[in-house]
Amino acid sequence: MVEWTPVLLALGILLGGVAGAAILTWWERRLLGFWQDRHGPNRIGPWGIGLVVADMIKLLLKDDWVPPFADRAVFIFAPTAIVVSMMMGFAVVPFAPDMQIVDLNIGLLFFLGMTSLAVYSVLLGGLASNNKYALLGGLRSASQMVSYEVFMGLSLMGVVMMSGSFSLVDIVAAQSDVWFCFSQVLGLLVFVVAGIAESHRLPFDLPEAEHELTAGFHTEYGGMKFAMFMLGEYLGLMLISCMIVTLFFGGWMGPDLLNEWLPPIIWFAIKIFFVINFFILLRAAIPRPRYDQLMSLGWKIMLPITLFNLVVTGGVLLWIEETV
Amino acid sequence: MSSPDAEIWPLAVFTLMVLVLVITMLLMSWLLGQRRREDATNEPFESGIVSVGNSQIRISVEFYLVAIFFVIFDLETVFIFAWAVAFFELGWHGYIAMLIFIGVLTVALVYEWRNGALDWGSKVRVGLKEAQTLEAQQATHL
Repeated sequence: MVEWTPVLLALGILLGGVAGAAILTWWERRLLGFWQDRHGPNRIGPWGIGLVVADMIKLLLKDDWVPPFADRAVFIFAPTAIVVSMMMGFAVVPFAPDMQIVDLNIGLLFFLGMTSLAVYSVLLGGLASNNKYALLGGLRSASQMVSYEVFMGLSLMGVVMMSGSFSLVDIVAAQSDVWFCFSQVLGLLVFVVAGIAESHRLPFDLPEAEHELTAGFHTEYGGMKFAMFMLGEYLGLMLISCMIVTLFFGGWMGPDLLNEWLPPIIWFAIKIFFVINFFILLRAAIPRPRYDQLMSLGWKIMLPITLFNLVVTGGVLLWIEETV
Repeated sequence: MSSPDAEIWPLAVFTLMVLVLVITMLLMSWLLGQRRREDATNEPFESGIVSVGNSQIRISVEFYLVAIFFVIFDLETVFIFAWAVAFFELGWHGYIAMLIFIGVLTVALVYEWRNGALDWGSKVRVGLKEAQTLEAQQATHL
């Protein structure tokens, strides 16, 4: 007897992911327009939302061109890798109680592994294009993602210590009294920064910094393959937001007094909405750093903060355990 | 709660669906896309300047350094992962062992920092001054 709910859920995540990424492209431009005192896309349909459909049609009808000077197989493989790895990351996210594709006991490690795989996409895309800008962008993003990955995992270890499990369901359950965003402020800070760097969004989008590298690793990409890179990036943004909410903001649980008001999935959606808007605000508010500044921020500030957080969290937890 | 034998087949189904989605996207654009070839279509795009040579160029050594640091530090984080999940079982004993381990890690980080290995761009090389004075002395001898 096969249960159909997980299959429906998988389908929902798939469609929701693609549609969400498409709508986000529009929503982000609208918000940026609002914050930068200009209109943004507002012509097609109400508030310009028809632009999402227009963009999709346009990207589908574009030339499916593979440069003759590129490494053909790798060139086609690169954009698929980022979409697949980011999509797979959603498999362990608990959207609501019993609303999760698979509750792995190594859920958190699965998520970290999937986001690390995304580095292959940008690196291979840059290498296979056989274009100098693309190569530079690919290399930059590889060392950026690799550097920030070191403490992205470490910053979550405080959460793991407090909940005693890698399973995301257990981690959400461990936050039923107090959300981890209060006790793990440093962990949250480092994870947010690492998350932006890992999904290479502005202000940390140096791999594709358009004023110096035209478009970085996807300079030679066009049409649907370019769209897949963009899809991967927006999926990454949503995945990181899901993770921030799950690990630090109580997942699908509402605030204590209001918990009964709305179903868990709605609470989850509201929190995701706020986190994503925060990321877009960051893009509007903070200028892009120089590449060497980015790397020293990672190694010289974030890594020591993470280690400090680990040591302090461990000591305090054991001390509380002993006194109580 | 989660157990090792949690049902894993939905993950397989999801993987399959993701692969189907990606292949459909590639195929659709291959079928629907226009085909056009013009004079400059098959040239690399490097900001409108005609491309010179290929992309097998020299790369800053910092990229290799970062790759090596990644290997060093990421391997060490794996030990911390294992400690964190068994944190309360290990107690103070494990905590002190891990303090020593993190101490060693910090020493390595400080060494790299002082060495200038974490800086990008122009480097103050260790021993550069000595080498230059030595060179100057040799020049006066000749």
